[in-house]
Amino acid sequence: MARRLDDITSFDPAESYEFSNNEIDGNCYRRLVAPDPDDARRLMGDVAAAWEAAPDGSRFTFHLKPDVTFATGRPVTAADAAFSLARVVRLDRAPGFIIRQFGWTADNVDRLIRAEDARTLVLDVPRPAAAGYVLHCLSANAGSIVDRDTVLAHATGDDLGRGWLARHTEGAGPYRLTAFEASDHVTLERNPHAAGPARMARIVLRHVPDPSAQRLLLARGDVDIARDLTADQLAGLAGDPRFSLVSAAQATSLYVAMNQAHPLLRAPDVIAALKWAVDYDGIAAWLTPRTWDVCQSFLPSCLPGAISDRPYRHDPDRARALLARAGVAPGTPVTLDFATAAPSADIAQVIQANLAAIGLAVTLIPGDQRQVITRTRARRHQLALMGWGADYFDPNSNAQAFCENPDDGEDGPLKIIAWRSHYRDPAIDAASRAAGRETDEARRMADYATLQRRFMATAPFVMLLQQNAVAALGPGVAGLRLGALPDFTRYGTITRH
Amino acid sequence: MDRAARGEARVSGRLSGIGGRIASVPVTLFGLLLVTFLIGHALPTDPVLAIVGDHAPPEVVARTRAALGLDQPLWMQFATWLRHLMHGDLGRSVMTQRPVLTDIARFFPPTLELATAALLLALAAGVPLGVLAAARAGRWPDRIVRVIALFGQSVPVFVLALLFLLLFYARLGWAPGTGQIGVVFDGTVPRRTGMLVLDAALAGDWAAWRDALAHLALPALVLGIYTLGIIARMTRGFMLDALASDYVTAAQARGIPRRRVLWRHAFPNVAVPLITVVALAYAGLLEGAVLTETVFSWPGLGLYFSVSLLSADMNAVLGATLVVGAVYVGLNLLADLAYRLFDPRVR
Repeated sequence: MARRLDDITSFDPAESYEFSNNEIDGNCYRRLVAPDPDDARRLMGDVAAAWEAAPDGSRFTFHLKPDVTFATGRPVTAADAAFSLARVVRLDRAPGFIIRQFGWTADNVDRLIRAEDARTLVLDVPRPAAAGYVLHCLSANAGSIVDRDTVLAHATGDDLGRGWLARHTEGAGPYRLTAFEASDHVTLERNPHAAGPARMARIVLRHVPDPSAQRLLLARGDVDIARDLTADQLAGLAGDPRFSLVSAAQATSLYVAMNQAHPLLRAPDVIAALKWAVDYDGIAAWLTPRTWDVCQSFLPSCLPGAISDRPYRHDPDRARALLARAGVAPGTPVTLDFATAAPSADIAQVIQANLAAIGLAVTLIPGDQRQVITRTRARRHQLALMGWGADYFDPNSNAQAFCENPDDGEDGPLKIIAWRSHYRDPAIDAASRAAGRETDEARRMADYATLQRRFMATAPFVMLLQQNAVAALGPGVAGLRLGALPDFTRYGTITRH
Repeated sequence: MDRAARGEARVSGRLSGIGGRIASVPVTLFGLLLVTFLIGHALPTDPVLAIVGDHAPPEVVARTRAALGLDQPLWMQFATWLRHLMHGDLGRSVMTQRPVLTDIARFFPPTLELATAALLLALAAGVPLGVLAAARAGRWPDRIVRVIALFGQSVPVFVLALLFLLLFYARLGWAPGTGQIGVVFDGTVPRRTGMLVLDAALAGDWAAWRDALAHLALPALVLGIYTLGIIARMTRGFMLDALASDYVTAAQARGIPRRRVLWRHAFPNVAVPLITVVALAYAGLLEGAVLTETVFSWPGLGLYFSVSLLSADMNAVLGATLVVGAVYVGLNLLADLAYRLFDPRVR
């Protein structure tokens, strides 16, 4: 399999926060629960055979399957699960917040997450939330279950095995990591003890940063799967019967943020004008076919609770009228920060043209992705074309990011998307928090639907697109299941004839 | 002054000249590192947020910033880095989470391997072509060589790389795919130097050796064509000057064969200035070729350097700068020493 692998920092689930290592971990580890491969919005037991949740969300009791085994041959026990979650809380690395947000801390985690016996795990939740919310967080990569005995045997000092797990996997997934060479390759071999063993004995991921090189390797048969082909390359393969394409909607959005610190961008008519000015369908059809689809909600379609409303279309006349009503003179300047990586560079130019058509003079400010992120985090942008990937598979991930800004000051506790653009709507903020606390799942989803509609109507964000991951498979290759999040992608069903 | 005294004076003069050059190396490297450090900190990228992620509470951000020493004044950060450097510690890369020394040991040898191969190809073709062009100045061989040199220096390297991959790998099947070695040999060759052609030879694994050499050929050819352009043009220029000299005219007048005049009389005098050109070309190759490394998935220093710079990963940037700077300075020093060795006028 050819793909970019230069983002790998650590394979430790308590630390892994990048696309590549998360995807590899997803095939080497199992969690208490996991998304249904056929419908990621449904959860099913992975290591857990069954579970009970208290009506108020304060306690979860998991009953583990008896036949789940680590690659070492040891059976997975509740003690392993408790240890795994506790180390995520204790280590408090980048993905730690996914588990910690429910109130577990280094001081209380041993008491509140405990194994009652070998097969029973109890979680007492200090900050109760909806069952679906908690379970989706436990299905994240940070919820991976590691082999406690093996990890502790390799621990150095009080690192809880962090140094060891950075370069090794000790999980119960269908594969285990057997070789890793930075920016070169990763080799996974079948876990012989896995229930429902993987079809392929070995998966080799090769670092091939250039999409054209990936395309040529696939054509020559030197790789079986190419993961990072561009839209036009995929279009070329689509008509070739030797190759097949698999795709999956991703929980990744592309949007334009309007910094509310800029007086021009505060006016409701200006906010609305920008939303009517953009040629959504043109962008999706001509710049990003197959790889990005129009999505005007802050929840991509694959996430639970997402709605498919599309209130805006390309209507420059309406946009111009709104700008005139706001008293914006033609030729008013505004800047747009964007990352030069594809497809942002092309999309930024289209947006520049769309806004020029309604009378705004947009100056493009290109930059490397990290530089653009740093600039928006410093709140120095006016408009910014940005991407956002959900941290875990629950609507709260995106709702919190886009809607919540309890304190807009420089020391605010939540410095995500809303904060970065000085967006603060107390009603939407409160609605998002309430939805996060709602324990009735049906009511929660209804709350998110309402929240999305209100957000679409008033928030200073032009939600543009959501990503489609597409992989090209060579002759005779089948079975790759792409997930909505990197750690939901499954290699175990890959076959090759 | 008697002969012995004159001899002693010459030796001490030579030694003090060399000593002076060596003494300037630390100063040069210090200046290079200082400028790189200041430029790196001017970049609008925050490395801390790349580590802790979007959701980290302010105290985690602050704790990480303090752990990396980024809350200190700039001069203190640089002084701390220099102090660690004195103990052979280049710090830890923020992006890879590994010691920078480990990263450089991983990424520099493939660059060394590629650069050396490219230079050898460029020398093997560029020098004879330059001599030929000078010997046939104004005629069609000269024009062809100049077109080749222009092509090598004008065509963007990444275009050449993709074209070569398409032609020699995808269409003709003459070259293997990308990477340093084939999948079949992954992990089979003990990595002693990191240069897999050499490592395979040291291990006596000749199948792996042939495969590694085959993987090296195409990227080396791409970089070699670019370097060939420089060497051919410079050789031609130096040769034209040499061929216009009185001693060449005298040699021709004495009836010495043309080929002997070119290679035994003119070329030795060209070799000396060519040393500097070759040294600089080699140094340029050794700093890494980002685009070639990207197209051929070659795990070299160029890609590592550029990713680190864009991530404001200062430990990695400074470590790689130190390596590249040392290479430049070292090769310049060697060129100077070679000058003194081969050119009696400099002595």
